[in-house]
Amino acid sequence: MRIFLKVWRQASPKDRGEFVDYTAEDVSPGMSFLEMLDVVNEGLIVKGQDPIAFDSDCREGICGTCGFMVSGIAHGPEHGTTVCQLHMRRFKDNERLTLEPWRAKAFPVIKDLVVDRSAFDRIIQAGGYTSINAGGPQDANAILIPKVAADKAMDSAACIGCGACVAACKNASAALFASAKVSHLALLPQGQPERSSRVVAMVERHDAEGFGSCSNEGECEAVCPKEIPITNIARMNREYLKGMLVGRD
Amino acid sequence: MTLDSKIPGGPLSDKWDRHRFESKLVNPANRRKYTIIVVGTGLAGASAASSLGELGYNVLSFCIQDSPRRAHSIAAQGGINAAKNYQNDGDSIQRLFYDTVKGGDYRSREANVFRLAQLSVNIIDQCVAQGVPFAREYGGLLDNRSFGGAQVSRTFYARGQTGQQLLLGAYQSMMRQVEKGTVKSFSNREMLDVVLIDGQARGVIVRNLTTGAIERYAGHAVLLCTGGYGTAYYLSTNAVNSNVTAAWRAHKRGAFFANPCYTQIHPTCIPVSGSHQSKLTLMSESLRNDGRVWVPKTQGDKRSPEQIPEAERDYYLERRYPSFGNLVPRDVASRNAKSVCDEGRGVGDSGLAVYLDFKDAIKRLGDDVIRARYGNLFDMYTKITDENPYRVPMRIYPAIHYTMGGLWVDYNLMSTIPGLHVLGEANFSDHGANRLGASALMQGLADGYFVIPYTLAHYLGSNALPAVSTDHDAFNEAEANVQGRIDQLLSVKGSKTPRQLHRELGGLLWDEVGMARTDVGLRRALQRIPELREEFWQNVSVPGPQNNMNKNLEYAGRVADYLEFAEVLTLDALQRTESAGGHFREESQTPDGEAMRDDDNFSYVAAWEYQGAGKPPALHKEPLTFEYVKPSQRSYK
Repeated sequence: MRIFLKVWRQASPKDRGEFVDYTAEDVSPGMSFLEMLDVVNEGLIVKGQDPIAFDSDCREGICGTCGFMVSGIAHGPEHGTTVCQLHMRRFKDNERLTLEPWRAKAFPVIKDLVVDRSAFDRIIQAGGYTSINAGGPQDANAILIPKVAADKAMDSAACIGCGACVAACKNASAALFASAKVSHLALLPQGQPERSSRVVAMVERHDAEGFGSCSNEGECEAVCPKEIPITNIARMNREYLKGMLVGRD
Repeated sequence: MTLDSKIPGGPLSDKWDRHRFESKLVNPANRRKYTIIVVGTGLAGASAASSLGELGYNVLSFCIQDSPRRAHSIAAQGGINAAKNYQNDGDSIQRLFYDTVKGGDYRSREANVFRLAQLSVNIIDQCVAQGVPFAREYGGLLDNRSFGGAQVSRTFYARGQTGQQLLLGAYQSMMRQVEKGTVKSFSNREMLDVVLIDGQARGVIVRNLTTGAIERYAGHAVLLCTGGYGTAYYLSTNAVNSNVTAAWRAHKRGAFFANPCYTQIHPTCIPVSGSHQSKLTLMSESLRNDGRVWVPKTQGDKRSPEQIPEAERDYYLERRYPSFGNLVPRDVASRNAKSVCDEGRGVGDSGLAVYLDFKDAIKRLGDDVIRARYGNLFDMYTKITDENPYRVPMRIYPAIHYTMGGLWVDYNLMSTIPGLHVLGEANFSDHGANRLGASALMQGLADGYFVIPYTLAHYLGSNALPAVSTDHDAFNEAEANVQGRIDQLLSVKGSKTPRQLHRELGGLLWDEVGMARTDVGLRRALQRIPELREEFWQNVSVPGPQNNMNKNLEYAGRVADYLEFAEVLTLDALQRTESAGGHFREESQTPDGEAMRDDDNFSYVAAWEYQGAGKPPALHKEPLTFEYVKPSQRSYK
């Protein structure tokens, strides 16, 4: 297969950036999308040119490191899939693809397809945890958790923090990301003591980081590689309202 | 130099309690005066940073990823062991200890393993309190499953994403400390040297991977939690950025490297499909609970699996190991897969694969139950191979997955450099020659949450650690060393990419220092590695800037370190002429092809000391003694 690529190249955060055309030759259908880019980069390195910077690590869809727009869709056209798990068999010979970094005010571009997502860490930092120290908590089985609740919490906890939800949202909202953590902990008994203060602190931090508000477009859910549903956002909104009424601790 | 493991006296079950009592403490008001550098944010690093922050130390945490949440522990699938005996099936601390020592083929320290088994129960309590959503029974209690090398169900799990959930728990605890100001988090930083002042580890030199700046940090102790060296083999189940650099640079500063030849080859990975491949993907060992491993009975049988009748299939693990069956430990399962493929009975286009078949389990339990247990793994398999494992058997083959070897540490997790502690996969101590499934997560968290808070306090409390500044000559020297190497990489301007050279090294290691090793093959590798290294420094191409993000430069530096490290790995495999766990020497096997140890001559930890560039490393031996578990031929029959 041959693939024509139009790739966003930006040398540094201050650089203006531009699209550059590349051709990926001898692409095999079994390659992952990132392996296809590896091959393009190998060609650039041999020619002494700066390879295309893109982030990736585990390459099995769990670390959340990779991610960019493939022809306008975060992580590309395959539903519920990170770009590292997207395979070239999904594309046609001679297809033209445009690769762009996540675009959001809160995610400044570092280089080419790599953006700074540290705002996500700061949202978690605001309250995405239970405040317990390592030491001697009670026996694990002293807390009974109905299987349904544990499974639901796990559905939300599966978020990998890749940022696709922000990139897909016209408001660049990180509501899906924040709500996944709020839901995970609100659904479990361990999360109850800080339930109100957590959601209020996380939402405030989310806004302070420059992410936009949710206007229920559902674009985030459509691109989420872990298929986290927007019902999490509805839950976060409820929790937030309750938190504001109950007051912060 | 004699290696002092500092194992406390007294009966095995009292050693850790006694050690904790005898260890020095640091007064709560004094803790903030100590700065602790933690490198790496996987299970070991994140749990150490959060625990030390909670105690009031001033912690500096570094990771190469863009967020501490992305360390490779996140990819662990199957579960975490703990001797809770919730299933009433005969488990106990004693049994977890015994299984781990036996699983490690009697090449680990009894005292370390016993402590690990004791702490395993605290880990589960800790993680549940953090809100880790472990799988539950309908009554609300925690669920367990069984794993290789054990006949009890002691593995706790969160679907196929246990590592992710445990890591996020530790990461969240760490971020709580960041908010409180006790931990400072530095992402996108790669440690390139340890700084020693008066023989003690007092700082690190890191490269800021987004700006290219070389930065200096000083502290009172350094904890390396930087994982294993599996990516030396190029293709492995490790993340593509996992590397040996931090451990290797510490080794060059005086930390001994122990048992590097103990590498774990995981039996259930998706087979290699082409030369473009950048990594291999693991299919969790938990699949062997319900999947049956088989190959055709006759060589070269190219029929598709459903056309091969039951009578013409060889369920070779069930046949050879009736009591453990498909749940034999990883080393045994891997070697058996290799031997049936070597006999010409492998399946798939390459002939380098065996079937893992869920037909019977699906018939018994239905698609839905199997989906609930392994859905995400089946989806991952489908994405990569374009096949549906609910209908056709998975094809699997062994791949490098974990490394039991690592920097040598004593009972306090301190290396041969005073103040330099090593936690998690980066150290060598608990798994012997073979790690059992679901024990890596246990060890990483035990080290970080429950061991280092005590042993580090003891180190800080018993040593005079005068204030140092990053202007010290030792920092200048270390920075110049780091900068010199970067300049050298950029100046070669050759025509081969780091990836090409890495792939070549990896292929060599897989062939000669992989699943089966021979004297001849290891000597061949020892001849070839220096040639490859020479070629690297003559002909590598590293374009792009140094004062900006340059992923190819980062990668080139790591490959350069693998090319040095590979030699110690091979030398270690050469000197150990016995077979033990993951290290299989063809010269040392029982008549029916099982690994044969040589306890009279090899019951020791091999610790290698760096002697300078171009000089062979010196071998030191720490004898292993077994008071409680009598070494015997491991049998899973």
